[in-house]
Amino acid sequence: MKVVTNMAIDYKALKNGGFMRQVQKNTFSLRLKVVGGNLTAEQLITIAGISKKYGDGHIHLTSRQGVEIPFIKLENVDDVKSELEAGGVNTGVCGPRVRTVTACQGCTVCPSGCIDTYPLAVEISDRYFGRELPHKFKFGVTGCMNNCLKAEENDLGIKGGYTIEWIKDSCTLCGVCEKACREGAITQTETQLVLDESKCNNCGRCVKSCPFDAWKGESGYILSFGGTFGNLIAKGKVVLPIIHDKTVLFRVSDAALAFFDKHANPSERFRLMGCI
Amino acid sequence: MADFIIDETVDITDVVCPVTFVKAKVALEELNDGQILSIRMNDGEPVQNVPRSIKEEGHQILRLLANDDGTYDLIVRKAEV
Repeated sequence: MKVVTNMAIDYKALKNGGFMRQVQKNTFSLRLKVVGGNLTAEQLITIAGISKKYGDGHIHLTSRQGVEIPFIKLENVDDVKSELEAGGVNTGVCGPRVRTVTACQGCTVCPSGCIDTYPLAVEISDRYFGRELPHKFKFGVTGCMNNCLKAEENDLGIKGGYTIEWIKDSCTLCGVCEKACREGAITQTETQLVLDESKCNNCGRCVKSCPFDAWKGESGYILSFGGTFGNLIAKGKVVLPIIHDKTVLFRVSDAALAFFDKHANPSERFRLMGCI
Repeated sequence: MADFIIDETVDITDVVCPVTFVKAKVALEELNDGQILSIRMNDGEPVQNVPRSIKEEGHQILRLLANDDGTYDLIVRKAEV
Protein backbone atom coordinates (compact mmCIF):
# COMPACT_ATOMS: atom_id res chain seq x y z
CA MET A 1 0.00 0.00 0.00
CA LYS A 2 1.53 3.31 -1.08
CA VAL A 3 -0.17 5.89 1.08
CA VAL A 4 1.96 8.99 0.74
CA THR A 5 1.99 10.92 -2.49
CA ASN A 6 3.37 14.31 -3.34
CA MET A 7 -0.17 15.62 -3.58
CA ALA A 8 -2.00 14.42 -0.49
CA ILE A 9 -2.19 11.82 2.22
CA ASP A 10 -4.77 9.15 1.54
CA TYR A 11 -6.30 8.98 5.02
CA LYS A 12 -8.97 6.55 3.88
CA ALA A 13 -6.41 4.03 2.67
CA LEU A 14 -4.51 4.47 5.92
CA LYS A 15 -7.63 3.91 7.98
CA ASN A 16 -8.62 0.87 5.95
CA GLY A 17 -5.19 -0.52 6.72
CA GLY A 18 -5.63 0.01 10.44
CA PHE A 19 -3.88 3.36 10.84
CA MET A 20 -6.16 5.50 13.00
CA ARG A 21 -5.53 9.24 12.73
CA GLN A 22 -4.60 10.75 16.08
CA VAL A 23 -5.18 14.23 17.52
CA GLN A 24 -1.50 14.88 16.88
CA LYS A 25 -0.85 15.82 13.25
CA ASN A 26 0.64 13.11 11.00
CA THR A 27 0.52 10.63 13.86
CA PHE A 28 -1.40 7.37 13.87
CA SER A 29 -2.52 4.70 16.27
CA LEU A 30 -1.90 1.45 14.41
CA ARG A 31 -4.58 -1.18 14.87
CA LEU A 32 -3.33 -4.77 14.68
CA LYS A 33 -5.08 -7.93 13.63
CA VAL A 34 -6.01 -10.05 16.64
CA VAL A 35 -8.37 -13.04 16.54
CA GLY A 36 -10.18 -14.21 19.65
CA GLY A 37 -7.97 -12.11 21.90
CA ASN A 38 -5.00 -14.43 21.38
CA LEU A 39 -1.47 -13.41 20.51
CA THR A 40 1.67 -15.48 20.81
CA ALA A 41 4.46 -14.38 23.09
CA GLU A 42 6.60 -13.87 19.99
CA GLN A 43 3.98 -11.55 18.46
CA LEU A 44 3.87 -9.56 21.70
CA ILE A 45 7.63 -9.16 21.61
CA THR A 46 7.40 -7.90 18.02
CA ILE A 47 4.65 -5.45 19.01
CA ALA A 48 6.63 -4.24 22.02
CA GLY A 49 9.68 -3.66 19.81
CA ILE A 50 7.70 -1.61 17.29
CA SER A 51 6.18 0.48 20.05
CA LYS A 52 9.59 1.27 21.49
CA LYS A 53 11.21 1.91 18.09
CA TYR A 54 8.44 3.83 16.30
CA GLY A 55 5.81 4.71 18.92
CA ASP A 56 6.11 6.24 22.36
CA GLY A 57 6.66 2.97 24.20
CA HIS A 58 3.10 2.19 25.18
CA ILE A 59 0.44 -0.08 23.72
CA HIS A 60 -3.32 0.31 23.90
CA LEU A 61 -5.72 -2.61 24.44
CA THR A 62 -9.04 -1.81 22.78
CA SER A 63 -12.54 -2.61 23.99
CA ARG A 64 -12.83 -5.55 21.58
CA GLN A 65 -9.64 -7.48 22.26
CA GLY A 66 -7.72 -5.42 19.76
CA VAL A 67 -4.23 -4.05 20.13
CA GLU A 68 -3.12 -0.64 18.91
CA ILE A 69 0.33 0.91 18.80
CA PRO A 70 -0.16 4.67 19.16
CA PHE A 71 2.13 7.53 18.07
CA ILE A 72 3.32 6.02 14.80
CA LYS A 73 4.62 8.79 12.52
CA LEU A 74 3.39 9.02 8.96
CA GLU A 75 6.86 8.73 7.50
CA ASN A 76 7.39 5.38 9.24
CA VAL A 77 4.14 3.72 8.15
CA ASP A 78 5.68 1.48 5.49
CA ASP A 79 8.65 0.44 7.66
CA VAL A 80 6.34 -0.34 10.58
CA LYS A 81 4.13 -2.50 8.39
CA SER A 82 6.99 -4.51 6.94
CA GLU A 83 8.68 -5.01 10.30
CA LEU A 84 5.43 -6.16 11.85
CA GLU A 85 4.81 -8.59 9.02
CA ALA A 86 8.31 -9.98 9.41
CA GLY A 87 7.46 -10.62 13.07
CA GLY A 88 4.22 -12.43 12.26
CA VAL A 89 1.91 -9.54 13.08
CA ASN A 90 -0.67 -8.18 10.65
CA THR A 91 -2.47 -4.87 10.67
CA GLY A 92 -6.16 -4.66 11.47
CA VAL A 93 -9.02 -2.90 9.76
CA CYS A 94 -11.44 -0.08 10.36
CA GLY A 95 -14.33 1.31 8.33
CA PRO A 96 -17.27 -0.49 6.71
CA ARG A 97 -16.15 -4.08 6.85
CA VAL A 98 -16.00 -7.18 9.05
CA ARG A 99 -14.02 -6.28 12.15
CA THR A 100 -11.97 -8.15 14.72
CA VAL A 101 -13.60 -11.45 15.65
CA THR A 102 -13.63 -11.66 19.43
CA ALA A 103 -13.79 -14.78 21.61
CA CYS A 104 -13.50 -15.97 25.19
CA GLN A 105 -11.18 -18.88 25.94
CA GLY A 106 -13.89 -21.50 25.52
CA CYS A 107 -13.89 -25.15 26.51
CA THR A 108 -10.20 -25.72 25.78
CA VAL A 109 -9.30 -23.58 28.80
CA CYS A 110 -12.47 -22.75 30.74
CA PRO A 111 -14.43 -25.39 32.68
CA SER A 112 -17.67 -23.55 31.89
CA GLY A 113 -17.14 -23.60 28.12
CA CYS A 114 -19.63 -25.50 25.97
CA ILE A 115 -17.88 -24.88 22.63
CA ASP A 116 -14.31 -24.52 21.36
CA THR A 117 -14.40 -20.79 20.75
CA TYR A 118 -10.92 -19.95 19.49
CA PRO A 119 -10.76 -22.26 16.45
CA LEU A 120 -14.27 -21.08 15.56
CA ALA A 121 -13.19 -17.44 15.82
CA VAL A 122 -10.22 -18.19 13.56
CA GLU A 123 -12.51 -19.88 11.05
CA ILE A 124 -14.90 -16.92 11.07
CA SER A 125 -12.02 -14.48 10.76
CA ASP A 126 -10.44 -16.42 7.88
CA ARG A 127 -13.79 -16.47 6.10
CA TYR A 128 -14.95 -12.88 6.65
CA PHE A 129 -12.33 -10.59 8.24
CA GLY A 130 -11.98 -7.33 6.32
CA ARG A 131 -14.84 -8.11 3.93
CA GLU A 132 -16.33 -4.84 2.68
CA LEU A 133 -19.95 -4.20 3.62
CA PRO A 134 -22.33 -1.21 3.87
CA HIS A 135 -21.18 -0.61 7.45
CA LYS A 136 -19.03 -2.22 10.12
CA PHE A 137 -19.95 -5.76 11.11
CA LYS A 138 -18.83 -7.44 14.31
CA PHE A 139 -18.67 -11.10 15.28
CA GLY A 140 -18.20 -12.30 18.85
CA VAL A 141 -17.94 -15.88 20.14
CA THR A 142 -18.64 -16.75 23.76
CA GLY A 143 -18.37 -20.23 25.18
CA CYS A 144 -21.35 -20.40 27.48
CA MET A 145 -24.28 -18.68 29.12
CA ASN A 146 -21.96 -16.77 31.49
CA ASN A 147 -21.35 -14.68 28.39
CA CYS A 148 -17.95 -13.25 29.35
CA LEU A 149 -17.52 -12.22 25.72
CA LYS A 150 -20.95 -10.50 25.59
CA ALA A 151 -22.25 -12.12 22.41
CA GLU A 152 -25.36 -9.95 22.07
CA GLU A 153 -23.43 -6.71 21.64
CA ASN A 154 -22.21 -7.95 18.25
CA ASP A 155 -23.94 -7.78 14.88
CA LEU A 156 -23.70 -11.56 14.94
CA GLY A 157 -23.06 -13.14 18.31
CA ILE A 158 -22.38 -16.83 18.86
CA LYS A 159 -22.89 -18.41 22.26
CA GLY A 160 -22.12 -21.97 23.22
CA GLY A 161 -24.81 -24.12 24.79
CA TYR A 162 -25.98 -27.68 25.22
CA THR A 163 -29.07 -29.53 24.17
CA ILE A 164 -29.65 -31.94 27.03
CA GLU A 165 -30.94 -35.46 27.45
CA TRP A 166 -31.55 -37.34 30.71
CA ILE A 167 -29.91 -40.77 30.90
CA LYS A 168 -32.21 -42.47 33.37
CA ASP A 169 -30.04 -45.55 33.90
CA SER A 170 -27.09 -43.45 35.08
CA CYS A 171 -29.13 -41.25 37.40
CA THR A 172 -29.16 -41.80 41.18
CA LEU A 173 -31.58 -38.92 41.87
CA CYS A 174 -28.83 -37.29 43.95
CA GLY A 175 -30.52 -33.87 43.81
CA VAL A 176 -27.61 -31.83 42.42
CA CYS A 177 -29.01 -30.86 39.00
CA GLU A 178 -32.35 -29.65 40.28
CA LYS A 179 -30.50 -26.98 42.24
CA ALA A 180 -27.79 -26.34 39.64
CA CYS A 181 -30.45 -25.36 37.10
CA ARG A 182 -31.11 -21.64 37.48
CA GLU A 183 -34.16 -21.73 35.27
CA GLY A 184 -36.19 -24.13 37.39
CA ALA A 185 -36.47 -26.45 34.41
CA ILE A 186 -35.67 -29.65 36.32
CA THR A 187 -37.97 -31.14 38.94
CA GLN A 188 -37.02 -34.24 40.87
CA THR A 189 -39.71 -36.65 42.03
CA GLU A 190 -39.34 -39.86 44.06
CA THR A 191 -38.64 -41.84 40.90
CA GLN A 192 -37.49 -39.55 38.13
CA LEU A 193 -36.40 -36.17 36.84
CA VAL A 194 -38.88 -34.08 34.89
CA LEU A 195 -37.48 -31.58 32.39
CA ASP A 196 -39.60 -28.60 31.38
CA GLU A 197 -38.10 -27.93 27.94
CA SER A 198 -39.89 -24.59 27.71
CA LYS A 199 -37.75 -23.35 30.63
CA CYS A 200 -34.43 -24.88 29.52
CA ASN A 201 -32.08 -22.18 28.20
CA ASN A 202 -29.39 -24.64 27.00
CA CYS A 203 -26.88 -23.40 29.60
CA GLY A 204 -25.68 -26.95 30.28
CA ARG A 205 -25.22 -26.43 34.02
CA CYS A 206 -27.00 -29.74 34.67
CA VAL A 207 -24.51 -31.52 32.42
CA LYS A 208 -21.52 -29.79 34.01
CA SER A 209 -22.66 -30.44 37.56
CA CYS A 210 -24.01 -34.01 37.31
CA PRO A 211 -21.77 -36.34 39.37
CA PHE A 212 -22.96 -39.42 37.46
CA ASP A 213 -22.98 -38.26 33.81
CA ALA A 214 -26.72 -38.72 33.78
CA TRP A 215 -27.26 -35.59 31.70
CA LYS A 216 -25.87 -35.88 28.19
CA GLY A 217 -25.15 -32.58 26.46
CA GLU A 218 -24.82 -32.02 22.74
CA SER A 219 -22.97 -28.77 22.22
CA GLY A 220 -24.28 -26.15 19.84
CA TYR A 221 -24.36 -22.51 18.83
CA ILE A 222 -26.96 -19.96 19.94
CA LEU A 223 -26.90 -17.05 17.49
CA SER A 224 -27.95 -13.46 18.17
CA PHE A 225 -28.41 -10.84 15.48
CA GLY A 226 -28.25 -7.07 15.37
CA GLY A 227 -26.40 -6.14 18.54
CA THR A 228 -24.67 -2.75 18.78
CA PHE A 229 -22.77 -1.10 21.58
CA GLY A 230 -21.77 2.39 20.55
CA ASN A 231 -23.92 5.41 19.80
CA LEU A 232 -26.84 3.03 19.86
CA ILE A 233 -26.88 0.36 22.52
CA ALA A 234 -29.06 -2.58 21.61
CA LYS A 235 -29.03 -6.24 22.46
CA GLY A 236 -28.86 -8.73 19.61
CA LYS A 237 -31.90 -10.96 19.25
CA VAL A 238 -32.02 -14.74 19.21
CA VAL A 239 -34.39 -15.75 16.42
CA LEU A 240 -33.25 -19.30 15.67
CA PRO A 241 -33.14 -22.48 17.72
CA ILE A 242 -29.73 -23.71 18.85
CA ILE A 243 -27.62 -24.94 15.90
CA HIS A 244 -25.53 -28.10 16.33
CA ASP A 245 -23.88 -28.34 12.93
CA LYS A 246 -21.08 -25.91 12.10
CA THR A 247 -21.85 -26.04 8.38
CA VAL A 248 -25.37 -24.82 9.21
CA LEU A 249 -23.86 -22.05 11.34
CA PHE A 250 -21.83 -20.86 8.37
CA ARG A 251 -24.80 -21.09 6.03
CA VAL A 252 -26.64 -18.76 8.39
CA SER A 253 -23.75 -16.31 8.73
CA ASP A 254 -23.13 -16.37 4.95
CA ALA A 255 -26.81 -15.57 4.41
CA ALA A 256 -26.80 -12.78 7.01
CA LEU A 257 -23.79 -11.07 5.44
CA ALA A 258 -25.14 -11.52 1.91
CA PHE A 259 -28.46 -10.02 2.95
CA PHE A 260 -26.74 -7.12 4.68
CA ASP A 261 -24.49 -6.50 1.70
CA LYS A 262 -27.33 -6.57 -0.79
CA HIS A 263 -30.05 -4.69 1.05
CA ALA A 264 -28.52 -2.25 3.54
CA ASN A 265 -28.10 1.39 2.63
CA PRO A 266 -24.57 2.76 2.88
CA SER A 267 -23.68 3.46 6.54
CA GLU A 268 -26.65 1.48 7.79
CA ARG A 269 -25.93 -1.01 10.55
CA PHE A 270 -27.33 -4.53 10.35
CA ARG A 271 -29.73 -3.82 13.20
CA LEU A 272 -31.23 -0.75 11.54
CA MET A 273 -32.40 -2.57 8.43
CA GLY A 274 -35.75 -3.07 10.15
CA CYS A 275 -35.82 -6.83 10.02
CA ILE A 276 -34.48 -7.52 13.50
CA MET B 1 -31.77 -43.63 51.90
CA ALA B 2 -28.64 -43.43 54.05
CA ASP B 3 -26.37 -45.77 52.14
CA PHE B 4 -23.29 -43.95 53.37
CA ILE B 5 -21.62 -43.19 56.71
CA ILE B 6 -20.45 -39.64 57.25
CA ASP B 7 -16.89 -39.38 58.55
CA GLU B 8 -16.66 -35.62 58.89
CA THR B 9 -18.78 -32.51 58.48
CA VAL B 10 -18.00 -28.93 57.49
CA ASP B 11 -20.26 -25.87 57.57
CA ILE B 12 -19.69 -23.35 54.77
CA THR B 13 -22.83 -21.28 55.44
CA ASP B 14 -20.71 -18.62 57.19
CA VAL B 15 -18.65 -17.76 54.08
CA VAL B 16 -19.36 -16.55 50.54
CA CYS B 17 -18.07 -17.48 47.09
CA PRO B 18 -15.27 -18.26 46.39
CA VAL B 19 -14.36 -19.04 50.01
CA THR B 20 -17.23 -21.55 50.15
CA PHE B 21 -15.38 -23.87 47.80
CA VAL B 22 -12.01 -23.18 49.43
CA LYS B 23 -13.34 -24.10 52.86
CA ALA B 24 -14.89 -27.29 51.50
CA LYS B 25 -11.67 -28.15 49.68
CA VAL B 26 -9.58 -27.66 52.81
CA ALA B 27 -11.96 -29.92 54.76
CA LEU B 28 -11.64 -32.59 52.07
CA GLU B 29 -7.86 -32.42 52.27
CA GLU B 30 -8.06 -33.41 55.94
CA LEU B 31 -9.77 -36.67 55.02
CA ASN B 32 -8.33 -39.94 53.77
CA ASP B 33 -9.24 -41.22 50.33
CA GLY B 34 -12.61 -42.92 50.39
CA GLN B 35 -13.85 -41.09 53.50
CA ILE B 36 -17.09 -39.20 53.34
CA LEU B 37 -17.62 -35.52 54.06
CA SER B 38 -20.93 -33.76 54.60
CA ILE B 39 -20.82 -30.10 53.54
CA ARG B 40 -23.55 -27.81 54.86
CA MET B 41 -24.22 -24.93 52.48
CA ASN B 42 -26.71 -22.17 51.79
CA ASP B 43 -29.33 -22.07 49.08
CA GLY B 44 -28.60 -19.91 46.01
CA GLU B 45 -25.08 -19.61 44.63
CA PRO B 46 -23.41 -22.14 46.95
CA VAL B 47 -25.80 -24.96 46.12
CA GLN B 48 -25.74 -24.02 42.43
CA ASN B 49 -21.97 -23.92 42.14
CA VAL B 50 -20.15 -25.82 44.90
CA PRO B 51 -21.26 -29.31 43.81
CA ARG B 52 -19.89 -28.69 40.33
CA SER B 53 -16.57 -27.40 41.69
CA ILE B 54 -16.24 -30.48 43.91
CA LYS B 55 -16.96 -32.68 40.88
CA GLU B 56 -14.35 -30.84 38.80
CA GLU B 57 -11.80 -31.56 41.56
CA GLY B 58 -12.47 -35.24 40.90
CA HIS B 59 -14.36 -36.17 44.07
CA GLN B 60 -17.50 -38.32 44.01
CA ILE B 61 -20.69 -36.56 45.01
CA LEU B 62 -23.20 -38.99 46.47
CA ARG B 63 -26.20 -36.88 47.33
CA LEU B 64 -27.57 -33.42 47.96
CA LEU B 65 -29.97 -33.35 50.88
CA ALA B 66 -32.32 -30.48 51.71
CA ASN B 67 -32.46 -29.50 55.37
CA ASP B 68 -35.49 -28.06 57.13
CA ASP B 69 -33.74 -24.71 57.69
CA GLY B 70 -33.25 -23.98 53.97
CA THR B 71 -29.65 -25.17 53.90
CA TYR B 72 -28.34 -28.23 52.07
CA ASP B 73 -25.95 -31.04 52.94
CA LEU B 74 -23.74 -32.20 50.08
CA ILE B 75 -22.41 -35.70 50.70
CA VAL B 76 -19.01 -36.25 49.06
CA ARG B 77 -16.66 -39.21 48.96
CA LYS B 78 -13.04 -38.09 48.79
CA ALA B 79 -11.27 -39.38 45.73
CA GLU B 80 -7.57 -39.73 45.10
CA VAL B 81 -6.70 -36.55 43.22
